[in-house]
Amino acid sequence: MLSKLFKKLRPVPVAILLMFAIALPALAGPFEDAVGKFANDEFSDTEEAVEAITNSGNPLAFTIISALQDDRLMADPDTKKVYVKGLDGKNIDAATGTAVDSIPDSAASVRLNNRLRRTVEAALGSLTLQSPDPAKRIQAAQSVFKTHDEAMLPAIDSALSKETDKAAKLAFSEARAAILLFKQDATDDEKLEAIATIKARGDQEALALLTGLTGDQPPAIAKAAAGATAAIQSRLALWSMVQNAWYGLSLGSVLLLAAIGLAITFGVMGVINMAHGEMVMIGAYTTFVVQQTIRDSFPGLIDYALIMAVPLAFIVAGAIGILIERSIIRFLYGRPLETLLATWGLSLVLQQAVRTVFGPTNQEVSNPSWMSGAFEIGQITITYNRLWILCFTLAVFAILLAMLRYTALGLEMRAVTQNRRMAASMGIATSRVDALTFGLGSGIAGIAGVALSQIDNVSPNLGQSYIIDSFMVVVFGGVGNLWGTLVGAFTLGIANKFLEPVAGAVLAKIAILVLIILFIQKRPRGLFALKGRAVEA
Amino acid sequence: MLTKKTQIFATPVSRRRWLAASAGLVLGLTMFGSAKADDDTIKVGVLHSLSGTMAISETTLKDTVLFMIDEQNKKGGVLGKKLEAVVVDPASNWPLFAEKARELITKDKVSVVFGCWTSVSRKSVLPVFKELNSILFYPVQYEGEESERNVFYTGAAPNQQAIPAVDYLMKDEKVKRWVLAGTDYVYPRTTNKILEAYLKSKGVKDEDIMINYTPFGHSDWQTIVADIKKFGSAGKKTAVVSTINGDANVPFYKELGNQGIKATDIPVVAFSVGEEELAGIDTKPLVGHLAAWNYFESIKTPANEKFIKEWQAFTKNPKRTTNDPMEATYIGFNMWVKAVEKAKSVDADKVIDALPGTKTPNLTGGVAELLPNHHITKPVFIGEIKANGQFDVVYKTPGLVPGDAWSKELPDSKDLIGDWVGKKCGNYNTKTNKCGGQGS
Repeated sequence: MLSKLFKKLRPVPVAILLMFAIALPALAGPFEDAVGKFANDEFSDTEEAVEAITNSGNPLAFTIISALQDDRLMADPDTKKVYVKGLDGKNIDAATGTAVDSIPDSAASVRLNNRLRRTVEAALGSLTLQSPDPAKRIQAAQSVFKTHDEAMLPAIDSALSKETDKAAKLAFSEARAAILLFKQDATDDEKLEAIATIKARGDQEALALLTGLTGDQPPAIAKAAAGATAAIQSRLALWSMVQNAWYGLSLGSVLLLAAIGLAITFGVMGVINMAHGEMVMIGAYTTFVVQQTIRDSFPGLIDYALIMAVPLAFIVAGAIGILIERSIIRFLYGRPLETLLATWGLSLVLQQAVRTVFGPTNQEVSNPSWMSGAFEIGQITITYNRLWILCFTLAVFAILLAMLRYTALGLEMRAVTQNRRMAASMGIATSRVDALTFGLGSGIAGIAGVALSQIDNVSPNLGQSYIIDSFMVVVFGGVGNLWGTLVGAFTLGIANKFLEPVAGAVLAKIAILVLIILFIQKRPRGLFALKGRAVEA
Repeated sequence: MLTKKTQIFATPVSRRRWLAASAGLVLGLTMFGSAKADDDTIKVGVLHSLSGTMAISETTLKDTVLFMIDEQNKKGGVLGKKLEAVVVDPASNWPLFAEKARELITKDKVSVVFGCWTSVSRKSVLPVFKELNSILFYPVQYEGEESERNVFYTGAAPNQQAIPAVDYLMKDEKVKRWVLAGTDYVYPRTTNKILEAYLKSKGVKDEDIMINYTPFGHSDWQTIVADIKKFGSAGKKTAVVSTINGDANVPFYKELGNQGIKATDIPVVAFSVGEEELAGIDTKPLVGHLAAWNYFESIKTPANEKFIKEWQAFTKNPKRTTNDPMEATYIGFNMWVKAVEKAKSVDADKVIDALPGTKTPNLTGGVAELLPNHHITKPVFIGEIKANGQFDVVYKTPGLVPGDAWSKELPDSKDLIGDWVGKKCGNYNTKTNKCGGQGS
């Protein structure tokens, strides 16, 4: 009786031993045999080894399994010795726990496939159920929730009875409910209670669990499960609306960022600049170069590379913009067709130049740590990079608006666009203002490139994919009006994201294009038509 | 940059390449001067995009052909003559492929052409090769449903890539629900049609298959990744079969990583993602996602190690990766050399007749044989992405898989075979015993 109970509580002593982390001398026998299996380089042997080690109660189990998960478990196929590469540079022999000076070169990390990774995750879950860190306990409970392995029930029960942390307690009771739901000999009452707990959790994983229930349940339970499924589904449907709105805002911010520079060069100056996308691309490549330089010279600052790239991208793209304006565009004012062709040719030249210098393949711009990953609000996932891009776009927009309104250059720009000849007779050097305006638009496109390098390919073709969208936003919002660009971008973004789940990505794009064409028929000057002398000119 | 290139190619090719590079700089489009015919050399055409969208993938293949030619010339060339590369740039522009192919064959008088990547570019040059009776080696995995007398397909047909990958997921990962995601063009559409028919023949229900197409260069994957997540939470093991085209993959995988979809939950198996594509991504969140190919750089064989070493020496870049279409180019080139030596001539008809049955070793330890349907035998590997951007082979088909020109899964093509040896026909219907079935 006692031994049976003890057997059932297998994982508990493991965890207790781990908690105290007593380095007991390893016992020769099954544990060492199990460790030796890692050296066979067979997935089935590795799986057996993981199971044997997890159940062995050996204090090294956690060290070995977590090393296996991070590719730090090294096995030598010749000597059949297995080593753990320590995170702190201290290496140990996996079978005995004794420190070793160096791992032989012939040792390679033990290979994993997806099935094994799941086994390892579950094993780590059972080993960390009583970890002193509540976050780890919650993670362990989550992995039990997913696997709902019956053998874990006693361990979960005992963990639940001792748990004091509120969140961890909830996670454990959910894990317990998941196990009970799939346990053959659980009573109907237990199952009904389990369904209620899982219903209260209410996310996609809960839904997966409920829909995964087999059909041969007693009617009362089947009914409760169906009810819970429906409740979760309707809640998730509501959340998916919120999610679409967020995705729309996020897409809108990307569109706005790409279009905002064009709103200056095309919207304010009236230059059809087909090379606008290439300015974005140059901004992205500037980011790449900055990140590369910092990685090579100041690796500690790598997380700030992106921030440093912003002013540099503005300067580089802005300078190229001014150069283009001085050398090509100023000769073509008032000739839109020639401007279109010249800037299109220019865009090909810039692309090919970048291709020659950096090569045709994508360059890796890594996400800084503060832009990786996601967090959850209710049932929607918000990724940090999208959130930062939204904030960044709004900041750029605000700064640009303030600049046009409150600075001397902004005043001159507005004066020149509203009435060039009158501005000139008031003593404004219009051609200098033209160059600076074009440089400003290009520089902002460069800044957009910094942000887009985080979500798109940094390749010579980067700009091409944004040029059409940018023109669409500016035309839709109303040429010459920055607020129109803002509203236009977010309208198109949100409309696109609400259409996409219904119509698919390809059709949604077509539908948006058709809608814009129809809209332009009705209101040729876009959402916010500019009124005044400039319009008639 | 330019001087570096001139150093590498200190052959007659270099001048033309130098011209190409500078012309590309000035015009954004590359133009070529005519190449003077030289009787002491055999000319080899290279028809890969060096500018435009496809340059990302095709430039490597152009370098591979130059590398192979260089190696062959070191061994004394073919039939006692040196090989000379004629490189043109069709600039990712499909009609231009046909023009450049015509130029290569009629003006430059090349004996063979290595080229094309996308199916639409291949379709656009087909009539030219038929009309002028020349030879094209096509080195990329494609959707099948084709067998032409003048074309040799050294990349994988769907039964050499897509179907073994799906089999693996079904058997090893016990996948029950399938997302077929692809870019909206002919290769993904045909492949997904074949896969859908195959899955249904294995008893997968309609509601367990989700098909999704996205435009070229799609960069906003939030909705689709969230949809996949939702589709995957139906209580059955779900996998994504991705025929997403090269460029759109980086944002797709980034979004997967950010939304926390791990390979242990929903694995993604890709048919167009190789070592080159992964070079632009941080692969740590992608560990465990899969790719199916006939070659991986990480496969350890003496032939592969030698190839990688010589390739890196040739490109003077110790980090340059190799990939599957490169191996296909390697196999195609070696087969052509063998066939020319067998035929003792570069005459197109003689070489076309000599090619079927040719065997050359591949880089992963097997032997590739050119079949009568102008496809080759290949091993199929399933690799998992590792943290260092390479693939770890987790499955290999027991033997070599012969390429099917016509899919056995589709009702339209299941009776068709390509046989250019016995039947002299690319779409021979085995039911009616007539040449000229459907599909061609």
